[in-house]
Amino acid sequence: MPEAPAGTLYRGREGMWSWVAHRVTGFLIFFFLLVHVLDTSLVRVSPEAYNAVIGTYKNPIMGLGEAGLVAAVVFHALNGVRIILVDFWAKGVRYQRVMLWVVVGVFVVLMAGFLPVHLSHVFGGE
Amino acid sequence: MTATTTSPAASVGEVPSFDVTLRFRRFDPDAANPEPFWQEFTVTAHGTDRVLDAMHKVKWELDGTLTFRRSCAHGICGSDAMRINGRNRLACKTLLKDLDLSKPIVIEPIKGLPVVKDLVVDMEPFFASYREVMPFLIAQGNTPSKERRQSPEDRARYDDTTKCILCAACTTSCPVFWTDGQYFGPAAIVNAHRFIFDSRDEGAAQRLEVLNDKEGVWRCRTTFNCTDACPRGIEVTKAIAEVKRAMITRAF
Repeated sequence: MPEAPAGTLYRGREGMWSWVAHRVTGFLIFFFLLVHVLDTSLVRVSPEAYNAVIGTYKNPIMGLGEAGLVAAVVFHALNGVRIILVDFWAKGVRYQRVMLWVVVGVFVVLMAGFLPVHLSHVFGGE
Repeated sequence: MTATTTSPAASVGEVPSFDVTLRFRRFDPDAANPEPFWQEFTVTAHGTDRVLDAMHKVKWELDGTLTFRRSCAHGICGSDAMRINGRNRLACKTLLKDLDLSKPIVIEPIKGLPVVKDLVVDMEPFFASYREVMPFLIAQGNTPSKERRQSPEDRARYDDTTKCILCAACTTSCPVFWTDGQYFGPAAIVNAHRFIFDSRDEGAAQRLEVLNDKEGVWRCRTTFNCTDACPRGIEVTKAIAEVKRAMITRAF
């Protein structure tokens, strides 16, 4: 029965998926920074061009994008601290899983504080 | 057994048997069209059987062309590392009763090394990395006339990493190794660790030099797949972290 000959996904555990999430958020942040450097450098071209470009960002899609960006930065920062501890704190390896749940917990708390405020700005008008 | 007193006719301690389905990812290099494909076999197995027993049954009774490696079949030689239900395991140490038998057991070759046939992979890149860390005692001076003494504390320092059987389960569970075959991989670092932290060894500086390479320990992204995969229970990621720290503390 020759079927689709694709291999299966490796079934890693928390460590592998946190690494995947770290890499994905890292990529997203990189592309944001690329665009961010470009649009900010428009100020040197002309302040009007800068204002025009920034003005186009004021819509709900970009608002959701900003929420995603903050989520990516917060996770990447917190998990980055976890990785530093895993590498350089003698007990870090033993507590890597606990530290991941701490990261997720702090992430949830921070996002719970941020999202209502941000989304009410995006969708509630000024 | 207490059951014998009440029902002497009952077969005492009979091991239950059941049907298991094994789903192999196969590859035949000599086929007209050498493409990997999936194939399922169903065999009757016993409650005490391991995955390797079921595989033997397939090979001996159903299809002799199924190709895999095994030697001792008791978790010592490290020949039968393979991906069982998505995770690297030794077929001879994985009990069927620990798996979900309602679905086929998916068995694939370990990832990141070239597949030779079915579950057999070319281990040469793996052993090349192993040789590069110089996995032997390096000691200066004359041949000693008595044994090199070591305290139990010094021996315990590297005890964990002496358990490696070079099965490649860790190295081929590493996402970094899958995409970058140049990476030394967990197993080579574990075996370097075994000598770097041996008080009798004098080659630590050389070994750290080798592993301070672009493709050395700094490639480790601490995914902990290796620690989970190791059939000997070695804390592989911990050993790698210790080598990382030794590199920094011994440099200054």
